Amino acid sequence: MSTLRSRLPAVTGHRLFWPLVVLVLLIAANTVYRPSFLSVELKNGHLYGSLVDILRLSAPLILVALGMSLVIATGGIDLSVGSVVAVSGAVACLYISKQPDQNSLGGVVTALALAFGVALLLGVWNGTLVAVIGIQPIIATLILMVAGRGLAQLVTQGQIITVNSDPYRTIGVGHLVGLPFAIIVALAVTLLVAVLTRRTALGMIIEAVGGNAEASRLAGVRARRITLLVYVVSAACAGIAGFMMTANVSSADGNAAGLWVELDAILAVVIGGTSLAGGRFYLGGTIVGALLIQTLTTSVYAMSIDPQTALLFKAVVVIVVCLIQAPAFRARLRRRAATPTPPTTPAEQQKEQVPA
Amino acid sequence: MSQRHPVLTMTAISKIFPGVRALDGVDFRLFPGEVHALMGENGAGKSTLIKVLTGVYGTDAGTVTLDGARVSFTGPMQATAAGVSTVYQEVNLLPNLSVAENIFIGREPRRLGVVDWRAMRRRATELLARIDLHIDVTELLGSYSLAVQQMVAIARAVDVRARVLILDEPTSSLDADEVAQLLRIMRQLRDDGIAILFVTHFLDQVYGIADRITVLRNGRLVGEWPTAELPQLALVEKMIGKELDALESIDADAGNDPEAVAAGPPLVTAEGLGRTGSVAPFSLTIHQGEVVGLAGLLGSGRTEVARLFFGADRADQGQLTVDGTPTTIRNPVAAIDRNIAFCSENRRTEGLVGELTVRENIILAMQAARGWLRPVPRRRQDELVQRWIEALSIRPANPDLPVRNLSGGNQQKVLLARWLITEPRLLILDEPTRGIDIGAKTEIQRLVVKLADGGMAVLFISAELEEVLRLSHRVAVMRDRQMVTQLTNDDTLDADRVMNAIASGGHEEGAPA
Ligand SMILES: Nc1ncnc2c1ncn2[C@@H]1O[C@H](COP(=O)(O)OP(=O)(O)OP(=O)(O)O)[C@@H](O)[C@H]1O
Ligand SMILES: [Mg+2]
Repeated sequence: MSTLRSRLPAVTGHRLFWPLVVLVLLIAANTVYRPSFLSVELKNGHLYGSLVDILRLSAPLILVALGMSLVIATGGIDLSVGSVVAVSGAVACLYISKQPDQNSLGGVVTALALAFGVALLLGVWNGTLVAVIGIQPIIATLILMVAGRGLAQLVTQGQIITVNSDPYRTIGVGHLVGLPFAIIVALAVTLLVAVLTRRTALGMIIEAVGGNAEASRLAGVRARRITLLVYVVSAACAGIAGFMMTANVSSADGNAAGLWVELDAILAVVIGGTSLAGGRFYLGGTIVGALLIQTLTTSVYAMSIDPQTALLFKAVVVIVVCLIQAPAFRARLRRRAATPTPPTTPAEQQKEQVPA
Repeated sequence: MSQRHPVLTMTAISKIFPGVRALDGVDFRLFPGEVHALMGENGAGKSTLIKVLTGVYGTDAGTVTLDGARVSFTGPMQATAAGVSTVYQEVNLLPNLSVAENIFIGREPRRLGVVDWRAMRRRATELLARIDLHIDVTELLGSYSLAVQQMVAIARAVDVRARVLILDEPTSSLDADEVAQLLRIMRQLRDDGIAILFVTHFLDQVYGIADRITVLRNGRLVGEWPTAELPQLALVEKMIGKELDALESIDADAGNDPEAVAAGPPLVTAEGLGRTGSVAPFSLTIHQGEVVGLAGLLGSGRTEVARLFFGADRADQGQLTVDGTPTTIRNPVAAIDRNIAFCSENRRTEGLVGELTVRENIILAMQAARGWLRPVPRRRQDELVQRWIEALSIRPANPDLPVRNLSGGNQQKVLLARWLITEPRLLILDEPTRGIDIGAKTEIQRLVVKLADGGMAVLFISAELEEVLRLSHRVAVMRDRQMVTQLTNDDTLDADRVMNAIASGGHEEGAPA
């Protein structure tokens, strides 16, 4: 039964097979271009290298994408995460810049708490618009996507606020036990979200709401609370990502911070196998998706592909990944490739969705 | 008859889903001008055979010929274009479009290249009038009951003027009148030479109309017979694959005595409960251990009554009393809090979450009541799910399959299990045996009697009057969204008296006092 032959399709058919293949290919291409790409060094007890950099730079995207996964699982979408990144970064930097001693740990912690609180409020705002007032998620979060940028501008008064705070910088570029601090934070939040959704019944309930909202309501699910909750989680994740992004450059730019991160996050979620229609979500997939996107972005810079073609290049890779993941496309490929001998692959997925 | 050539032949069809051999070398043929009943238990492979035929699924082996030419459809659209028109088991029209649009989608009447909306409305209205359905065709389809949606799907399929018409359990939520209409239309089409493939679990409909019967069991062909040569008992034995005595029908007067339960403590009392535009104020008391049946025609407001008890819709007048305490039930959460459960007739849109597994669907209501912070322990899940998979013989008996991969009848059982594990005190069942095979149907009916014996109150809705009469202690009769009368189910109550009450709006003539 479990010969290699019969197992092979199970491997290639796995959700994450193609994203992982593309990820490996990207890394290979980078290595060919610059052989030192794979090397990781230990300097002063800290790990350095391109791979470590990619991980570190992925951290904020991973966070945003985690929150986005939950929102998308309920059948919603959160376009405002980029603005939340900007606002939380701006609030934190503003508060720190007003401190007499920017290096005081207490001041930084207060700044983080304050900014995190603001992010939570923004999440409650989104959640209220969607769950209580009943505005379509794409519109509801579009409001904050636009208004949030304005809010960030207001906080920074149109300036770029620079801070000179070592504790704050640590969030972006510091190290802990040899690893970049940002990676550890991303890991911790990932674990937290995984435990929150999979050790409790939250994950299943989210999937029920996303899979069939009316059936869930009639089964007694308090769909409103759940919906509100996922938007708050999403904003919280974006808030933390905001710290990382601004700490990376020690400055908050209301205009540029987190710009377009919502699109990268949505892509990461979709590449990870979660459907935009809602329902089942896969946190592991989301992380692979985020790593893929970040590797792509980094490669584009590293290979000094000129900025005009860079975006195009990125788009092409994303389209390819999405295509080879689509069941309909794969069924077509398989049919085309069908040899005279009858196929030994197990039954192909249903082609069209006509339930029962 | 043997001179003619079949219009459709399926030979040695096999279809394997991961872990399930849904069809195994099945042959099937369909002659022009015949109604051919495809029979089998839940999960036997009937719907799969149909979907393989129309190209919803690819086959793993076997061939299909239409008019002597080999075909392999890539999807329902192509099948329709080739003259094979299908009504699938689950109504799969578009609830967000109007009735008229649903009927003409893909073949809209056009004038000068643009859709002629007026002609579309007119023709849709005419078409529905032919099957005695008088509704506003500009309304969204989703605003109508499942039975109406089913009729619309049938009207659409019939209007396509196909050579082969496939009806997969088209009558599962229809009342006697609509069934009669449908059978009339089917006879007419048959006489015009159209070949009809008909799937149903109602034996009387089979014997009323089918010329020929093919029986499947566990994905295998059992055989094909002219209807006249296969008596009802023999048919059932072929379907279940064993002698019939294991399936004795339930005792007509099993369970509690109607007088006795009505004298017992009331569990839920509705006084003047109603909702504008949905159902007129009514009063109804359901006692512990009592089964109250709701009878009435299509659109008479049976489901609406059920929804008010459960808070699926909010009542805007009247008072509900549960256990002697006046309460308002504003939403399902409040109802479940008071141990009321509601098993919707529309399992696809209001019942199951197709993507989730059998296990998850079964524990959903229980989990929702506990709140997400207190997950039902895995061991308890296994225990409950296993128990009900066995009790209701849900097949395949694998709790980790996505529920949408189950056959229609088995999905219905999963929905039932979801509510049974919550051990409700009032169980509202809206068409609980819809699409369920005869064996399992008796099982479920017996279960209802047993639960009532154990003190559970049941509000039972079914388009099958016979079933309502068999189970209920009392029958509340609905007509035009009003509850017109309530009849105690003593020895004198029969289908005729209930039909009379429906027809006369509750003013029984010549009935015993
Ligand atoms: N998409 C699918 N994926 C996996 N298994 C499936 C799928 N569709 C059907 N099956 C399985 O194939 C078998 C036959 O199902 P089918 O729907 O054909 O039964 P049926 O005879 O129509 O039953 P019913 O009377 O309940 O409608 C069942 O065991 C079912 O679980
Ligand atoms: Mg079926």
